[in-house]
Amino acid sequence: MRDYIFKRLLLLIPTLFGITLITFFIIQLAPGNPVERKLQLDQGIQAEAITQQIVEETKKLYGLDKPIYVRYGIWLKQIVTLDFGRSYKDHRPVINKIAERIPITLTLNIISIILIYLIAIPIGVYSAVSHGRFSERISTFFLFILYSIPSFWMAMILIFFLGGGDYWDLFPVYGILSPGAENYPFFPKAINFLWHIALPVFCLTYGSLAYLSRFQKGSLLEVLREDFVRTATAKGLPRHKVILKHALRNALIPIITILAGILPAMIGGSVIIESIFSIPGIGQLGFESVLSRDYPVIMAIATISAVLTLFGILIADLIYVLVDPRISFEAKK
Amino acid sequence: MDNVLEIKDLRISFASDGKRVEVVGGISINVPKGKIIGVVGESGCGKTVTALSVMRLIPEPPGKIDSGEIIFDGADLLHYSDRDMRSIRGNRISMIFQEPISSLNPVFTVGNQIEEALSTHLNLSKQERKERVLELLTLVGIPAPQRRMHNYPHEMSGGMSQRVMIAMALACNPEVLIADEPTTALDVTIQAGILELINDLRVKMGMAVLLITHDLGIIAEVADEVYVMYAGKVVEHGYTADIFREPHHPYTVGLLNSVPGLQENKEMLNAIPGVVPSPDNFPDGCRFQDRCPLVIDKCRTDEPLLEQVGNAHTAACWRRAEVKKIEN
Amino acid sequence: MSETKSVGYWGSVWQKLKKDKLAMAALIIVLVLFGVAIFQNFLAGNKPIILKYQNEYYFPVLFRYNKFFGTDFKQLDINSTKGDFAIFPPVRFSPTENDLLSVLIPPSKEHLFGTDDRGRDVLSRMIHGARISLSIGFVAVGIAAIIGILLGGIAGYYGGSVDFIVSRLFEVMMTFPVFFLILTILAFRDPSIYNIMIVIGATSWTGIARLIRAQFLQLRQFDYVDAAVALGGNDWRVMMKHMLPNSLAPVLVDISFGISGAILVESGLSFLGFGVPPPEPSWGDILSQSQRYVDFAWWLVLFPGAAIFVTVTSFNLLGEGFRNAIDPKFLGSE
Repeated sequence: MRDYIFKRLLLLIPTLFGITLITFFIIQLAPGNPVERKLQLDQGIQAEAITQQIVEETKKLYGLDKPIYVRYGIWLKQIVTLDFGRSYKDHRPVINKIAERIPITLTLNIISIILIYLIAIPIGVYSAVSHGRFSERISTFFLFILYSIPSFWMAMILIFFLGGGDYWDLFPVYGILSPGAENYPFFPKAINFLWHIALPVFCLTYGSLAYLSRFQKGSLLEVLREDFVRTATAKGLPRHKVILKHALRNALIPIITILAGILPAMIGGSVIIESIFSIPGIGQLGFESVLSRDYPVIMAIATISAVLTLFGILIADLIYVLVDPRISFEAKK
Repeated sequence: MDNVLEIKDLRISFASDGKRVEVVGGISINVPKGKIIGVVGESGCGKTVTALSVMRLIPEPPGKIDSGEIIFDGADLLHYSDRDMRSIRGNRISMIFQEPISSLNPVFTVGNQIEEALSTHLNLSKQERKERVLELLTLVGIPAPQRRMHNYPHEMSGGMSQRVMIAMALACNPEVLIADEPTTALDVTIQAGILELINDLRVKMGMAVLLITHDLGIIAEVADEVYVMYAGKVVEHGYTADIFREPHHPYTVGLLNSVPGLQENKEMLNAIPGVVPSPDNFPDGCRFQDRCPLVIDKCRTDEPLLEQVGNAHTAACWRRAEVKKIEN
Repeated sequence: MSETKSVGYWGSVWQKLKKDKLAMAALIIVLVLFGVAIFQNFLAGNKPIILKYQNEYYFPVLFRYNKFFGTDFKQLDINSTKGDFAIFPPVRFSPTENDLLSVLIPPSKEHLFGTDDRGRDVLSRMIHGARISLSIGFVAVGIAAIIGILLGGIAGYYGGSVDFIVSRLFEVMMTFPVFFLILTILAFRDPSIYNIMIVIGATSWTGIARLIRAQFLQLRQFDYVDAAVALGGNDWRVMMKHMLPNSLAPVLVDISFGISGAILVESGLSFLGFGVPPPEPSWGDILSQSQRYVDFAWWLVLFPGAAIFVTVTSFNLLGEGFRNAIDPKFLGSE
């Protein structure tokens, strides 16, 4: 088992390496890199949207005027020391700006993931057990529709109907706390916080929830076809035990691996949702930085998100090993 | 001899492409107490479906038990409620299946699964259950049971998994064990051991065994009586020795002839020409007509019923008296 | 049993697909969208389709006439010469036609879907947005498919250390949050319709790559591949001729979902202001405006959102339909 973990961690290294390479490659796309400058000079074109100032700063930060291996070395060093330079906007160290925003995005995402699993699994089980019945077909159809609604549209619809204006005003649509709420005692503050993140969390959750419940249904239906389910019934076990104890335990296993796939989507999806609802998280920071071409922040976020996702995948793999005896057997060999 | 289980005139059909096709066409099987009753036939003849129907394990769409009775302990199982059936399954009638490793749940230990059979039906303390699990594992011939009970199914060989299945099936001392092709998925060398085990346990525990198989060799080894099935019908029935010595149905003869080793030195294996008709395409009259070397006109119009041909020996063939071991 | 003529693999897939009513409905919607995209100028625009002016026939939608350069066809006096007429597209507005007197009008007889904050007719912008969305969807997925098939094929065919390295590449690409990655790249390169197509394509190939890799790894073990190699085929030929056709079916599923995904991404980018640059209309762009006027301008919320939703759903349904038609476990109607 320990060997397996060790081997898995070793496999991380080339992937981490790859992340540094790809992010490096993206930086090279920055306007003002030597090749492009030459092309532009040759053709007499000027880069309009990018001010000279930004070009100069980028060049300095990433050493774009130096030979390529030096450039890569500079970038690697930045990653390893977590020193991504200073933001173009306010000259604060990038790493500080990110650190203060991570907790919020993480909170939203974790709440979302918990909700997804808590709701999707029972729905999936119900769908599998009632497969083919009219009520099940309706709920499956409804979930499919839900899944296909773009998140930004859903957000706009929710704001339109529930966020003030011509209809109801049930939820706030701005920020994570009402003005002045920072000074509330713990419980009222927490309630206020939850009230604010209700709509954004919903937007983050509904799509993956619909997807996961369909997946769970499929997984459980497949497991129910297996031989050992018939054996369980032949032993005289009641139906609910056959399904919930014997079948579900097996059907849950692939669901965990899905977790690894949901993570990058969540971090990305946060960009849109946080922007719409003005949530001060990494997504909003990322978007603002993209708007203002604040390259150091952009690169830092891209890299850190990738690394976080990588560890998320690792954790999902490890849970998988713990949960499926067949795999750990392979690992033990 | 008392019958512990009586299947009477059972008819089962399945839905296929919008139609209902009959896969078991009125068969009757009697299982006397403590005997091994073999049911032999090719794939698709309905023997497995029959076995599953005793346990009411047929999925009700698309399958359906159309008529008949299954008498156990004075009552018709087909009229039992779900709850009553649950108290029978794994308790008074147990079943083991063809693929032992995939018939066990991969995420629970072997000991856990055997224990579950006990806790479902018996009122024992945890300690008592653990002891019984060890007893059962020893009974079925698994060495080092203390260690083995913590194994997962995929950590065991096919033969050992089948022994575990048997242990699980026998946990509550059932009166009938239904064994559906218990050795088909196992190596030939292992098969003998399993058969021997089943036979020994049958004697020890006084239970009857309904043994489903396509392998006449197995029948010859352990079965007391044989029912030969073809295309959803019983075509011959009798004591094993009688069937082998004096078959009275052309299909039985064909089966016997196709077993390597039961005939004198032949270079070629004798297969029965033709294929089993599919359930949606059964001919009128005798279902064996297209493959039968003794077929006459009557066979194509009137279906032969089981008639006496000897002591407790019946066969369903118009020309049963003329059937001899046909030499090819 | 009756004999049926063999229809081949794709024929049988098509037959199964035909039975899936939802998938067929989705296919029809997709075809309609295609029609809208291709004939957009016949459906919405301020140029007449057929114009008879001063006894001459003109087709301003199809051809540009120097004579009419800079003319507002709607102001053209066609009553001066007898027999003159003009047949305009059903929606008489061009997507880029500003009309500051008609700003933010709710749906009315004249503007069926209302107007936006520059007086542009929303329905016309929606119709013209179809071509943008569909072309980005198809080209981006096309690029993704080419990259995915190439990389997946190489990994699956050669196996061993080649597979190891390429698989690491897959993993790396999958750890990046795709949407943010696209934003990042666009931040460095400024969005244009081509950049967007390329970037989406270059970041969404991993699904197809893994599929092809799995297929090729499996097929590699089959004898007919060894035979092809032994007969002197070079690797490339073996892959293209023998292995690829057999692997394409599940890729179709991914392509369908890929198109809906690409359209979703493009709409999202436009929504954030990072999509196709103005004045090209994009559904996401129209929806984006709604943020500012969300209190009352429901038509800016409903129509573009619904268009994106219907398009995405249709491609999703098609993908589902393909998946069910290809999966041998599909039982059809019971």
